[in-house]
Amino acid sequence: MSETLLSVSDVSINKGFRQLLRGVNLAVKSGEIWQLRGGNGVGKTSLLRAMAGLARVEVFGVIDRCEGVLYSGHASALKATLSARENLLSHPSGTAKPNVTEVDEALARVQLQGYEEAQVGRLSAGQKRRVALARLFLPSGRLWLLDEPFTALDVHGVKVLEARFMEHAESGGAVVFTSHQPADVGDKLNVIDLEQFRGD
Amino acid sequence: MAIEVPSKVQSKESSEYQDFDMTRFLWVQTRRHLRLLVASPGEIVNPLLFFLLVVILFPLGLGPDPDQLAVLAPGILWVVALLANLMICMRLFVDDFDDGSLEQLAMAPIPLAVAVVPQLVAAWLASGMILSLVSPIFGLMLGFPLAAAPTLIASLLMGTLLMLLIGGVGAALTVGVQRGGILLALLILPLYVPILIAGSRALEEAVNQGDPTVALALLGAGVTGGLVLAPVAIAAGLRVSLEL
Repeated sequence: MSETLLSVSDVSINKGFRQLLRGVNLAVKSGEIWQLRGGNGVGKTSLLRAMAGLARVEVFGVIDRCEGVLYSGHASALKATLSARENLLSHPSGTAKPNVTEVDEALARVQLQGYEEAQVGRLSAGQKRRVALARLFLPSGRLWLLDEPFTALDVHGVKVLEARFMEHAESGGAVVFTSHQPADVGDKLNVIDLEQFRGD
Repeated sequence: MAIEVPSKVQSKESSEYQDFDMTRFLWVQTRRHLRLLVASPGEIVNPLLFFLLVVILFPLGLGPDPDQLAVLAPGILWVVALLANLMICMRLFVDDFDDGSLEQLAMAPIPLAVAVVPQLVAAWLASGMILSLVSPIFGLMLGFPLAAAPTLIASLLMGTLLMLLIGGVGAALTVGVQRGGILLALLILPLYVPILIAGSRALEEAVNQGDPTVALALLGAGVTGGLVLAPVAIAAGLRVSLEL
């Protein structure tokens, strides 16, 4: 049985005096992977944040979401002066309450073994991205809302992440992500082009 | 396009929420903020240095007569503590707002009013508490009698906490504003006035062998009320700033 984890019903999003998106309808069921597409400024991030419940002010319509939402945006909530391990152990979202072993395993999954103690501020942009994405390898929410997760990742990192998306979908979760490049996640991928919902 | 809207999304299977341990979360967050403060010691040392510098400047400006300084000491100590507190409030939420920590905190499965408490605790431990405990040393430089030191410490412990709680509301409201420092000062300085009056009153009473308990009790009442109300107001302010 596939269960609806997120339903977006007739949602419009305004930015200032401009209507960004209108009439967005979407139902994300468990086991599905959704890619939000569209040109720069079409409103991918705004819609994703609205889905996460992080932008209520200018969002009209009904968004129902399940409990256990993981949102990862451009701002990664990583602290430069803390180590990679500390950052994940004390992540303010509280979605996961991992122990040190789980965190180290998650870091190993994103090829950061040996960097557990390294201050995040000293890592490269791609490595920081990997630390942020290591959250996905910890016990976390069922519905993942990821803003540009593939940014700054190398080819191998993209593969690891795609594999993780499929794993998560198979275990009953769902992923919604924004990206410009096509993702290789098999037949579970649904692509939705936001250009069709462009406001005036 | 018609879609099927779930009547009630089941939440039974999200097990990690069922056994969400709030006490542990709050403890982990407190430790995170304390570590961040220790990792950038400027945040702790700067207000103390500011306090020290201003206290050194007063005798230079007013003249070194100990009797004259002792008269002014209660007021000076409190005004400087107030300004140091303002410095702390200006930085309180800025980093967490910029790096996305605050919006992640808003996604935590507990009320935001509870989730902000660790940050306030850590900020006070690293600023107000340390400042209160070392204040008798600063007091000595102004000819403040050592006998009145317990009152000085007690009044500042409560006063700095209350100022941080009130300042936190202003900080939460202005965190999204570019260069919101002046706006913050305008918002919260009027609210600091009663604290300033009660605090320096307690010190005057202590210096003149009077009874400082009334003023201290007022501060204590303020802290009690602040502890209950301020987190709610701070959460509301953060929601405004985050456009939640």
